[in-house]
Amino acid sequence: MPHIHFTLNGRPVAAEVAPDETLIETLRERFALYGARESCGQGLCGCCTVLADGRAVSSCLYPAAFAADSEIVTIEHLAAGGELDPVQQAFIEAGAFQCGFCTPGFVLMVKQLLNEYPDPSEEEIRHYLSGNLCRCGSYPQIVEAVKRAGDLRRAAPSGS
Amino acid sequence: MSGVRQVGRSLPRLEARAKVTGAAEYVHNLHLPGMLHGRIFRSAVPHAEIRALDVKAARAVAGVHSVVTIDDIRTVIPDPYYGPAFHDQPILAEGKVRHVGEPVAVVLAEEAKTAEEGCRAIAVEYGELPAVYDEVEAARSAVHVHDALKPAGAFPDLQHLAGRRATNVALDFHLRRGDPEGAFAAAERVFEHTFRSQQVMHTPLEPHVSIAEASGSGITIHTSSQSPSFVRSEIARLLGWPENRVRVRTAYLGGGFGAKVYVKLEALAAALALLAGRPVRIALTMDEQFFTISRHATTVHIKSAVDRDGKITGRQCRVYWNGGAYADIGPRVAQKSGFTAAGPYDIANVAIESCEIYTNRPPAGALRGFGVPQLVWAYESHTDLIARALGLDPVEFRRRNLLREGRPQATGTKMRDAALHQVLERLATHIEWERPFDRGTPLRRRGRGVAIGFKASIAPTTSVAIVALAADGSATLYCSTVDMGQGSDTALAQIAGEVLDIPAERIRVAHPDTEATPYDMGTLGSRSTYHMGQAVRRAALEVRDKLAALAGELGLPPGSNLPIPELFRRKYGMAAGNLIGSGSFMPSYAPPDPLTGQSPDATPYWMSAAAGAEVAVDTETGQVTVERLVLVADAGTPINPQIVETQLSGAAIMQFGFTMQEEMVFEDGQLRNPSLADYKIPGLRDLPRRIEVETVDAVERDGPFGAKGVGESGTYAVSPAIANAVEDAVGVRLNELPLKAEAVWQALAADRGGR
Repeated sequence: MPHIHFTLNGRPVAAEVAPDETLIETLRERFALYGARESCGQGLCGCCTVLADGRAVSSCLYPAAFAADSEIVTIEHLAAGGELDPVQQAFIEAGAFQCGFCTPGFVLMVKQLLNEYPDPSEEEIRHYLSGNLCRCGSYPQIVEAVKRAGDLRRAAPSGS
Repeated sequence: MSGVRQVGRSLPRLEARAKVTGAAEYVHNLHLPGMLHGRIFRSAVPHAEIRALDVKAARAVAGVHSVVTIDDIRTVIPDPYYGPAFHDQPILAEGKVRHVGEPVAVVLAEEAKTAEEGCRAIAVEYGELPAVYDEVEAARSAVHVHDALKPAGAFPDLQHLAGRRATNVALDFHLRRGDPEGAFAAAERVFEHTFRSQQVMHTPLEPHVSIAEASGSGITIHTSSQSPSFVRSEIARLLGWPENRVRVRTAYLGGGFGAKVYVKLEALAAALALLAGRPVRIALTMDEQFFTISRHATTVHIKSAVDRDGKITGRQCRVYWNGGAYADIGPRVAQKSGFTAAGPYDIANVAIESCEIYTNRPPAGALRGFGVPQLVWAYESHTDLIARALGLDPVEFRRRNLLREGRPQATGTKMRDAALHQVLERLATHIEWERPFDRGTPLRRRGRGVAIGFKASIAPTTSVAIVALAADGSATLYCSTVDMGQGSDTALAQIAGEVLDIPAERIRVAHPDTEATPYDMGTLGSRSTYHMGQAVRRAALEVRDKLAALAGELGLPPGSNLPIPELFRRKYGMAAGNLIGSGSFMPSYAPPDPLTGQSPDATPYWMSAAAGAEVAVDTETGQVTVERLVLVADAGTPINPQIVETQLSGAAIMQFGFTMQEEMVFEDGQLRNPSLADYKIPGLRDLPRRIEVETVDAVERDGPFGAKGVGESGTYAVSPAIANAVEDAVGVRLNELPLKAEAVWQALAADRGGR
């Protein structure tokens, strides 16, 4: 089995991973991180989103071996210091979730969106988040949360 | 004491932080030491005898613990048939399979992947049987899905069906009011149409998961269930054990929408844990959910008699519900929603026949609206067609016929606290119905439509709650309502907080655990706010009374403002003790007359909502773009306005998917699209640009603080509002869901050809 080293939520880690193991399996089974969730199993719903070297990826399709020497960030890292990320804060204020199962994936995707488009248009939001599904249909509130998060980040530019 | 009203506050969900940080608890995340993983081997054919089932090779796969068939299940559950209305569903197939995807065997292994490998080594020989898939055909077919009907004991009104043979009609509900034949004979105009809706699936993003573990004295089942109390009693019945040996726990659910009510995987998981002597986890994939439960495909024949003043004088409805191979709660859908099939209109003469039909498709049950959206689709399309034919404004035609307060609905039950007129009028105002409308261009024609629907609540059902006050003044609420995203924990904490004058944020709501949380019929049918809300209110009132009594006992003057911790300290000499209040609630109910469906008290309350849609239709491609979707609902007085609004828009978006794009596609009984790759649920880019929601000012006088249920209301009227807008835009009528571009294009082409 490949032996890999990578950075997980800011800390160096190592793991023996099977050749057919996906990153989400590694995160859940070896590191007890449950914020990324496998739902569709096809990389279509975004529930399993994590950041690999700053890019949002579907960890249900991402071979664990690909994580070698990279930096993996999961939702658990965002409020690790106790203070919520502005995106998380905005999701709460806008009431942008119901069951919450898809929320970590959305939050990470929105972080990436705001890194690229600090003040996104509605069109940019819709396009960027089209790979994340919310069956509770909290989309109007999610769009609102993205706008709020943008405002919060611009108000405190260091806090992203 | 907060001195702040808790009810009516838009406070964020109590678990908001846990949900945005990924820390929220779901059964999906639970791993028990020593746990085995079960993988279900499923039928590849829609209807067949099982001639041979060979599991030897699967047992030999390295890492496979065991392979379980119905013969093994019978050693722990002698009569392994379950279901809320009929005991017709075997835990694993026995002798026959009745739909594609039916569970036939289970492979248990140390790792999920090994179990999957084991499944691939199972060989089965089927003797295929003729099958029937269409609900109308099945009602008369010589092909029968079951040999005899097996109604469950729980419902006295189903007992007459026991042993009925050679039929696919699981339940036929009849309603008769006035003189329908006379009304049609005397009618100025008669209109008759047929509408069909397709089979669709809930697709909760947390797929079904159940983990069972045997303990010394009984069994514990951790499960993504909307009805832990029902699961407990049904598993106890299957095992022949007292209920107190069965413990059922849930956490937050990653969506439910009706998919997770009654027993789904729990009986199987329980049997497997007992057989293996180790904890067993059964977790479905998204794909497997399509074979587990769905919403009924439905055919509705509807016929109306109308007089010269545009009053509907008679209506006849024949509804065929495609229940699939197992009844699940379908017979209740046929009855409880069936009695609203004539719509929210004041019609003196009504005949309804509503039939739950077995077919060789995956089972159908409850999905956000309990059948009502399929009925509203029919009667509101029909209503619009009548208005157009009479040259009447669609809003005015509805206004003229809508039920008013105090008037009897088709069951004879009088309308009470049903804000139907307010809902319609607010919608008309919101969308500026009276103002001129931009009709677009010849290549992109615009139109608009409205629709209104209503639903009865579920009765008779019971909820029980316990509120415990600790010596530090913090309170915990124990109830078996499951928070699956609807915000029940928050709303119920607000109700308890309102009574106790404690901020809702300081009230802890325990996750359902039948060992600690008392009975509740289930988190379904938009019933929790009303039913459990009343139970919680009563439990909190009891605590409040006990607090007052304690103050009196301690010699404090009435109205004394001594902090709660101080009361406990004075009573117990230190920070110790509890004050416990309990409350239960069961609304009144009168069962329908078996012949006429008449009842003076068919429902504790009515829910209603109207939708308005503005569409643009590309006349060259048939593509329909919904530009604006407006929803107006009667939620009584919302406990948490922000959550109510989110729930309403969410429900409308879900129904928007069922209207425009979602469809389980079958070919010879084979489901062609059981995955999110081929079964597309709405994403952000699919949605109308504008989605607007409002609730009317209303009070449900028997609801907690004026509230009523609202979880399903957003679904009712969406589909017909859009179809009515399409006709308004391009003059063609679609009678089947979903409203595919292809169908619009064909109708446009036929329309051109006909001119």
